[in-house]
Amino acid sequence: MTQLAKNNDTIAKLSISVEGLTIDFTIGGGFFKRNVLRAVNSVSFTLNPGEALAIVGESGSGKSTIARALCRLHKPSEGQILIGGQDVNSTGVATHQRDYARRVQMIFQDPFGSLNPVHTIRRHLKRPIKIHNPQISAAEVEERVIKTIERVGLSPAHQTADKFPYELSGGQRQRVAIARALAVGAKFILADEPISMLDVSIRLGILNLMDDMKQEGIGFMYITHDIATARYFAERTAVMYAGNMVEWGNSDAVTQNPQHPYTQLLISAVPEAGKKKKRSPTKKGDIPMRSPQSLGCPFVSRCPQVSEKCHTNLPQVKALAEDHFVRCFLYE
Amino acid sequence: MTDGARTILQLNDLSVDYITDNGSARAVNKVTLDIRAGETVGLAGESGCGKSTLAFAIANLHAAPALISEGEILFEGRDILKMSDRELRAFRWSDASMVFQSAMNALNPVITIGDQIIDVILAHKNMARDAAWARGEELLEIVGIHPSRMSSYAHQLSGGMRQRVVIAIALALRPKLIIMDEPTTALDVVVEREIMEELYALKEEYGFAILFISHDLSLMGEIADRIAVMYAGHVVELGAASKILNDAEHPYTKGLVASFPTIHGPKVRLEGIPGSPPNLLELGNGCPFVDRCSQKVAQCEMTNPMLITRGDKLLACHVVNAEEKTA
Repeated sequence: MTQLAKNNDTIAKLSISVEGLTIDFTIGGGFFKRNVLRAVNSVSFTLNPGEALAIVGESGSGKSTIARALCRLHKPSEGQILIGGQDVNSTGVATHQRDYARRVQMIFQDPFGSLNPVHTIRRHLKRPIKIHNPQISAAEVEERVIKTIERVGLSPAHQTADKFPYELSGGQRQRVAIARALAVGAKFILADEPISMLDVSIRLGILNLMDDMKQEGIGFMYITHDIATARYFAERTAVMYAGNMVEWGNSDAVTQNPQHPYTQLLISAVPEAGKKKKRSPTKKGDIPMRSPQSLGCPFVSRCPQVSEKCHTNLPQVKALAEDHFVRCFLYE
Repeated sequence: MTDGARTILQLNDLSVDYITDNGSARAVNKVTLDIRAGETVGLAGESGCGKSTLAFAIANLHAAPALISEGEILFEGRDILKMSDRELRAFRWSDASMVFQSAMNALNPVITIGDQIIDVILAHKNMARDAAWARGEELLEIVGIHPSRMSSYAHQLSGGMRQRVVIAIALALRPKLIIMDEPTTALDVVVEREIMEELYALKEEYGFAILFISHDLSLMGEIADRIAVMYAGHVVELGAASKILNDAEHPYTKGLVASFPTIHGPKVRLEGIPGSPPNLLELGNGCPFVDRCSQKVAQCEMTNPMLITRGDKLLACHVVNAEEKTA
């Protein structure tokens, strides 16, 4: 299942591997025809330290649900999430859970909503440090707060620590959110659309900051709808449609040589100055709601190259190259 | 766009101030811009640069605390700012209509799509309700929505469909100019592509002019004939779209162009623009971009550069304008 996993034991120990992750939501019984929604269907991947995996898809494709499952905000309906070979949901021991939370932190899309308006930046950083390191002294906590603020490029650090969120711009606030993840010593950061609400001229600053952190060994899951920034920032890219990973692998392979009809549609939709304006053959439509009983490929209703079996069977994973995989009958 | 096309909208030294307790913030500062019949002019810039304020000014929609403090807005020679309420009502929508950024909020949630479309038609035209309804169905078909959706409510439509409805309403009276304020920003990229394709086709058929406001330069490069780049209320560079994108000269435009990773181009580390946009209440006498500019000289701190002709563009920069133009 884990084609993305590198068969290297030393890396595997530090990696998070997700195997066959499936998440179902129960939605209003009786009101909709189906009352179980399959948000994520049998998704497998590995997050490695010092690398970024981009999860690309439209709203409703299930990309945020995966991040929330990795944060243990949703329980997998099937499949498991392993860190160092241990299932993160299997043990109920509180210290284990806290240890996992320390290692895996999340950054949210909206830096205006993710910080508490009545607390200073210092308080935002101090609290997680204290929770995860109850033994260290107040002076040490303060030292870490200042060091973390400096690390995310906010200076002067002492003045910034005394500020309230409203005194900072969107980009600065997103840096605080990143600092909060770093403060507890996160090894993996799940970034859910971290730049989409920021001004265009400061987006790259945040992406480059995260890129620098990769050099220090931090692994990222970068959730985005912007496949151009996925290619810019992430080593590997996975494209999702209606809860299914349809194509994944090396970012350059996926973006420069897209094979799945949906990936091709996504790439052709990216605005490019001076681009030839031609209509795509793909049918218009919305992302379908999938249930555990849904059959066939999720893209079947819009696919220009649909065939008979696409309606009834989900294609198997096919390796196109060493690090390029697709789920599509065109390649079987 | 033909070069000889007549100008339909002319802004002369337009300034808009927001009056606050801490002084007045000039959100649009002496902007001069013209739009010719059938032309698409892009207005690019980040949040807070004044691009939406400018759009609201053109429809004379500003209310306190915003104040159009200077300048004139001429639509086919008539000054919009001097129109009576009655003239304004006639002007809005039949001559120039507007598509707002968030289609989610632009539609009324408690009345049907059809009622909202015919509301526009009935307010401006002496037409029977049935005829207006038929015209509404026609409009929905034009933007690619099944006419049966006339009796739907906004919440029953997807984001992309709502934006199409808003475009249909903007087209209702066949205006000569449509102001589009970030029309696709809230949409997914595939839906954005569908809307843009629809727009190209409609423009071809009806020949209206568009003032297209966006922060997305790549999207703008596709649709716009000319692009004006705004920063802190000033137009800093204005020229043909290809010139702005491939041959940017203002340090801000250069930074903005370099802020978008490309999907097919070479993969290099891009730097964006350091710092953040200035507080409009604290602008000094110098160039508004001076704090973030890597090429600044002493003069930039003291005087604000004028927008002057340089080659086939207009440019406001002390440093670049002082250089010899090498073609």
